[in-house]
Amino acid sequence: MSNRLINVLVPLISIILGLLVGAVVMLVSGYDPVAGYIALWNGIFGDSYAIGETIRQISPYILAGLAVAFAFRTGLFNIGVEGQLIVGWFAAAYVGMAFELPKIIHLPLALLAAAAAGALWGLIPGLLKATLKVHEVIVTIMMNYIALHLVNALIKVVAKGGFKTDKIQDTASLRSDFLSELTDFSTLHYGIFVALFMVFIMWFILERMKLGYELKSVGFNENAAQYAGMSVKKNIVMAMVISGAFAGLGGAMEALGTFGNMSTRAGFTGIGFDGIAVALLGANTPLGVVFGASLFGSLKYGANNMPNAANIPIEIVSIVIALIIFFVACGYIIRVGLQRIGKNKEAK
Amino acid sequence: MEYVIEMLNIKKKFGTFYANNNITLQLKKGEIHALLGENGAGKSTLMNVLFGLYQPDGGEIRVKGKKVDITDPNVANDLGIGMVHQHFMLVENLTVTENIILGSEPTKMGMLNIKDSAKKVAEISKLYGLDVDPYAKIEDISVGMQQRVEILKTLYRGAEILIFDEPTASLTPQEIDELIRIMHKLIEEGKSIILITHKLQEIMSVSDRVTVIRKGEGIGTVITAETNPEELATLMVGRQVTFKTEKGPSHPTEEILKIDNLVVTDYRGIEKVKNLNLSVRRGEIVGLAGIDGNGQSELIEAITGLRKVKSGKIIMGDKDVTNKKPRQITENGLGHIPQDRHKHGLILDFSVGYNAALQSYYQKPFSSNGLMNYKEVTKHANKLIADFDVRTQGEHELARALSGGNQQKLIIGREVDRNPDLLIAALPTRGLDVGAIEFIHKRLIEQRDQGKAVLLISFELDEVMNVSDQIAVIYDGAIVDTVTPAETSEQELGLFMAGHNKSEIVEGSDGAVLKVGDDDHV
Repeated sequence: MSNRLINVLVPLISIILGLLVGAVVMLVSGYDPVAGYIALWNGIFGDSYAIGETIRQISPYILAGLAVAFAFRTGLFNIGVEGQLIVGWFAAAYVGMAFELPKIIHLPLALLAAAAAGALWGLIPGLLKATLKVHEVIVTIMMNYIALHLVNALIKVVAKGGFKTDKIQDTASLRSDFLSELTDFSTLHYGIFVALFMVFIMWFILERMKLGYELKSVGFNENAAQYAGMSVKKNIVMAMVISGAFAGLGGAMEALGTFGNMSTRAGFTGIGFDGIAVALLGANTPLGVVFGASLFGSLKYGANNMPNAANIPIEIVSIVIALIIFFVACGYIIRVGLQRIGKNKEAK
Repeated sequence: MEYVIEMLNIKKKFGTFYANNNITLQLKKGEIHALLGENGAGKSTLMNVLFGLYQPDGGEIRVKGKKVDITDPNVANDLGIGMVHQHFMLVENLTVTENIILGSEPTKMGMLNIKDSAKKVAEISKLYGLDVDPYAKIEDISVGMQQRVEILKTLYRGAEILIFDEPTASLTPQEIDELIRIMHKLIEEGKSIILITHKLQEIMSVSDRVTVIRKGEGIGTVITAETNPEELATLMVGRQVTFKTEKGPSHPTEEILKIDNLVVTDYRGIEKVKNLNLSVRRGEIVGLAGIDGNGQSELIEAITGLRKVKSGKIIMGDKDVTNKKPRQITENGLGHIPQDRHKHGLILDFSVGYNAALQSYYQKPFSSNGLMNYKEVTKHANKLIADFDVRTQGEHELARALSGGNQQKLIIGREVDRNPDLLIAALPTRGLDVGAIEFIHKRLIEQRDQGKAVLLISFELDEVMNVSDQIAVIYDGAIVDTVTPAETSEQELGLFMAGHNKSEIVEGSDGAVLKVGDDDHV
């Protein structure tokens, strides 16, 4: 069996297996899997509105995935994407609301603020890791909680006791009448282009820049990097800062595109944590992240249609979606299985 | 005589590269058959074919005259072929018996039945004189003992043919003697052995016949009794190999490295280098002889900037480089072949090309304005591959995939190519075969002849004697004495290395030959 064939077959079979097991779960629970999957399909691709919303949902997943993947590639586990995304969201919402500037300055400034906030949230664990060898996983987890509650408090301050910030100025908005009309007035905004541009940026940093060569060196082998005269500390901090900036931009998608403001939250958005799965599904490569984010984003958004159109409770829907992702993540097993089948055939 | 195993014209291709091309190996019953080849010659590939881990692209395998198709290791097991791997495949926190039955655990009504197995293990152990305690935990027994467990494992599974992959690589000399005794015992009991190695002495002392392969090609099979190490080395490398590298007299000029009363501590703060003085001049090779752990590592790390100096001075050329950053020292004209090539020398998950640029990636032409120029990196790598005979499938191959000798050639190429005034070579030939050792020694002497200074750190006395112009012996963090190879002997060096000074030796108070170079900390 050729490698190319295997590369195409593995994700296909994974998804089909996930759908099959998901169908069993629906059947056992007394729901109609066919109706359920039709609802899922329609929820993702059913009409131009659904497609628009799906793409909108994919954008923050891409950025969260890039953040995790970038850290992984440099030998770090950034589990704090969630917190970095939350502070990014707030920073963008605040800058978008509080200033009156021409669009050509305002929008980039708001995006930059989000990236900077995320970067700052990455800087702290980066510094602690580099100077005191505190493990970044612990610090980033804790930074998530600090981000969540700090931002909640800040929102109340900014909203003068209210629970959500005022809407951002039009000059800071990623919203697009053109994209919206194209997709039957969905909330699709220019964020997807920002996300795709950042995919390119990650590739460019890692594969073209001197910085990327150093970051990867430190990630693979600190000792050899140090021996080659690189500053391990500087590179660890840089890696966390860049990773955090990606995550912060993920927050900007929500602030400047989807919601146009920020409300206090009882809990995490989940996007940052899903970013870990997105990165791993995408094998930590920039393009892989686009694939992983597309899968996550489509299923997440499309699943919303299953309770309405097929009367399947949201709990069952969550299980079905999790199963599909589970099987995609198990692609390795399927790959090995396929290779064995191929081998046996050859032997005969 | 009947052959138990015949591998006839075996071919194995990876991409377009033939790892094995027409290799024939015929094993007689009851013989020890050595498989000799340089690092990367294709020995392991051939054995993996025999063990069912790879499928051959050509040729056939016969076991006891019958053609067989070894599709996976289980088939090999059933055919009575067992492999004693170089890197043991044992679970550290399980007992000997538990490790041996792993994968085919005998059960009684669903419960593990260890007792019977342990009894059987003990019986086999006794029969072959292995002396293994079936209930000992792997983590508690020595490396030599662990290897016997590997041997037991194959015997327990009914192996008639045992493949030993570089079995002496991590053993002490006493353990090697024991292993040889065990091999003879195995033969007495009717087993047959294939011994993979690149150590010529070992082959001469235990094997009956030798099959030599070179760069994936089968060269031929010779009877050990009718050959000698020189001939084997020539067959293996494909040209005459000199065990003693030719070199002319040295012409040292000005001092390039001066170490003055240096004190360096280890990570616990214990002084490892104690008031050490050393001088290396252009045009000479200074060999730093000593037993491992006498401060060599700390000394190198201090010179290269990887470790802070407590007191004292390191002067390179006319600059004080004490406690400078590694890059500043490198740029001041230092080349460094690190002691541990996997830890410091290479980034194993980087390509050969990326690794070739590891010390100079930040300079033009490899990068400018923060951007890498990978075209130049590739060009540079290809030049090093050609100039230093690095055997690889190309600059894009991962460094991990290279054999040890080729990894070392890559590092040496990278360091020498930067044209440093001072080259520090720490254990540059550890674990390498004669061909690679000769190559590396030649390069070091070449550097010297071009007026560069070389500081060679080695635990091997004959290496120090062969290559150096001056020998400085380090003991307990200080230099005991500095001598020239002509005016000393291995015996005298051995005494210095044990901490005796000249006056004691002249008195003759201790005439014992000291054993050095135990290498089991690899």
